[in-house]
Amino acid sequence: MSSNTITDSPSAQEPGGFEGDRSVDSLGGSARAYISRVRGGDLGALPAILGIVALGVLFFVLRPETFLTPRNMANLADQAAPIIILAMGLVFVLLLGEIDLSAGVVSGVCAAVMAKLLADAGAPWYVSVAAAIVTGVAIGLFTGSLVGLIGIPSFVVTLALLLGWQGVTLRLIGQGGTVPVRDEVISGISDRNVPVALGWVLALVVVALYAALQLNRWRTQKAKGLAHQPLAVIVLRIAVIAAVVVLVTAVLSVDRAPSPAVVLAGIPYAIPLVILLLLLLTFVLGRTSFGRHIYAVGGNAEAARRAGINVTKIKVSVFVIGSTLAAISGIVAAARLGSVAPGSGGGNALLYAVGAAVIGGTSLFGGRGRVRDAVLGGLVVAIIANGLGLLGVEAYLNYIITGGVLLLAASVDALARRRAAATGH
Amino acid sequence: MSVPQPEDRTPILELRGVDKSFGANQVLHGVDLKVYPGQVTALVGDNGAGKSTLIKAIAGIHPIDDGQILFDGTPVDVSGPRDSAKLGIEVVYQDLALADNLDVVQNMFLGRERKNGFVLDEVSMEEAARDTLSKLSVRTLKSVRQLVSSLSGGQRQTVAIAKAVLWESKVVILDEPTAALGVAQTRQVLDLVRRLADTGHAVVFISHNMVDVFEVADRVAALYLGRMAADIPISEVNRGQVIELITAGRSGDIGIAPATVAAVEV
Repeated sequence: MSSNTITDSPSAQEPGGFEGDRSVDSLGGSARAYISRVRGGDLGALPAILGIVALGVLFFVLRPETFLTPRNMANLADQAAPIIILAMGLVFVLLLGEIDLSAGVVSGVCAAVMAKLLADAGAPWYVSVAAAIVTGVAIGLFTGSLVGLIGIPSFVVTLALLLGWQGVTLRLIGQGGTVPVRDEVISGISDRNVPVALGWVLALVVVALYAALQLNRWRTQKAKGLAHQPLAVIVLRIAVIAAVVVLVTAVLSVDRAPSPAVVLAGIPYAIPLVILLLLLLTFVLGRTSFGRHIYAVGGNAEAARRAGINVTKIKVSVFVIGSTLAAISGIVAAARLGSVAPGSGGGNALLYAVGAAVIGGTSLFGGRGRVRDAVLGGLVVAIIANGLGLLGVEAYLNYIITGGVLLLAASVDALARRRAAATGH
Repeated sequence: MSVPQPEDRTPILELRGVDKSFGANQVLHGVDLKVYPGQVTALVGDNGAGKSTLIKAIAGIHPIDDGQILFDGTPVDVSGPRDSAKLGIEVVYQDLALADNLDVVQNMFLGRERKNGFVLDEVSMEEAARDTLSKLSVRTLKSVRQLVSSLSGGQRQTVAIAKAVLWESKVVILDEPTAALGVAQTRQVLDLVRRLADTGHAVVFISHNMVDVFEVADRVAALYLGRMAADIPISEVNRGQVIELITAGRSGDIGIAPATVAAVEV
């Protein structure tokens, strides 16, 4: 009886099936595929982009003379940078379905370490920054070990540390005090700008690199007959990225000094820093086996374990990455404020960052998320904070609105997940 | 295609007198089993007969207490999942070990990604995955870059089996691959099981469904209360006899000797 079923094997050599890999070879096909993905609950970057556009229009209408000015845009970039960097670290933690409630105050502790070294010990900036980052790594190892090795739920570990690290910052800085950060290099992250000409060169290099990478990948995939998107979609994506980069560079290259006596123009250094981190971390998540294993553990930890992946190691490492980025975020925030206070990294810093990641499209349930989510969501959150500031809204309303936005984003995430489960996406 | 006489050849995997106990409870009693390349061996038995324990013993998850495991005629020591994987034994468990949020290629290479230095070699992985799926004549997938969450139960089972095949495995053990599937999807999986054997793999197929067993298997091994009641070519038995072997350990002159059956039942 075994021989009669063998007869259909000659066709086995033909590349049967996988018609989906070819049929979307048109712009319309990709658009349809995208719409069906969105309807299936995979919203991707859509809510964040809609949010940026809607909020931009709203605040432009409400404050036409201040919101869309080059000066406010530069301010917005400085405001968004610490939120985005903190959120980038949280994306890694959230990918495993874990949470780090202490990320905000960890940024405060690390910034305090840096400020104390600068102010009290007179250490050079690179030593202080390195010390802050090492502190972040050590804290991440500690948190990650409690979660990964001992097995305490991350919610409880980081809730305890949320209080604990605030105490440490208070001890370092002293009750009621602030430690100034006057180092030129560090405050330059926020105060200084890339020279206009160099800014344009960087912008063009970024666009050219992006285009080259995308087109090259497409060519390889096409040549080898692998799954690929139509060229039109790739070109469209490159065009959109190029337009955004050129527009931002152009706006920030305009002289935005309040007095005509000085010139203040160029991209604030915070922006290249964020882009550098975005590229590096996107590479780690998308192109290395370490990143692949993070997704696998977040999607199905048991499957990952059976595939020989060291789940504990992955767990510890995402907390290390989270706290390291928290340290960088703390440094950038300290550069912006010019000082570190006992409350640094407390208050709504964490809420903003979690909100940024979730609004950007990272799931609270683990397994879905990208580094760019932190950038897009961080911009939404920063625009809200910035716009409400321009409107002169009272602090209480600011808290309520920001909390409401996070709840909204989390609801969208939960509903999208249900929808995905229902439609089999 | 001529069917070679398996009894003349060396089995790729052979168990001799395997015992396994959990505490005071002896689950396997001197189990013998022969698995041949190019053949599907159906492993049948009632719930609690020891099927799962037996495959976990082969996979190294529950190392055996006594007896011998021979691979290609040589005695081997299987004391962990890595040992069995090294020999080329792959187990596809009932609860499929796939990550929903990864695509088909990513799942097939999970934990064994191909790299160019630091960077994942997506091109080579996709080509190899495509190649394996084509060799197994899997045509039901829309795209190899589809997320596993969007696949049907049968397609998932197919991906899990293809994943096992990708690693130059010699023995593929399938734990009730059709248990939760509809008619058409069962068809897909059974065809795949057959093709697996036709491409030279030794397949151990655990099932409760006699229709599936008689459709796809070359040999049948029936476990009865931890003892191997029969390990014979399927052409020598009919459905009723297999059911008797499963429920009573004996059918006519095949099976466990009456005295042993009586002793076991007491």
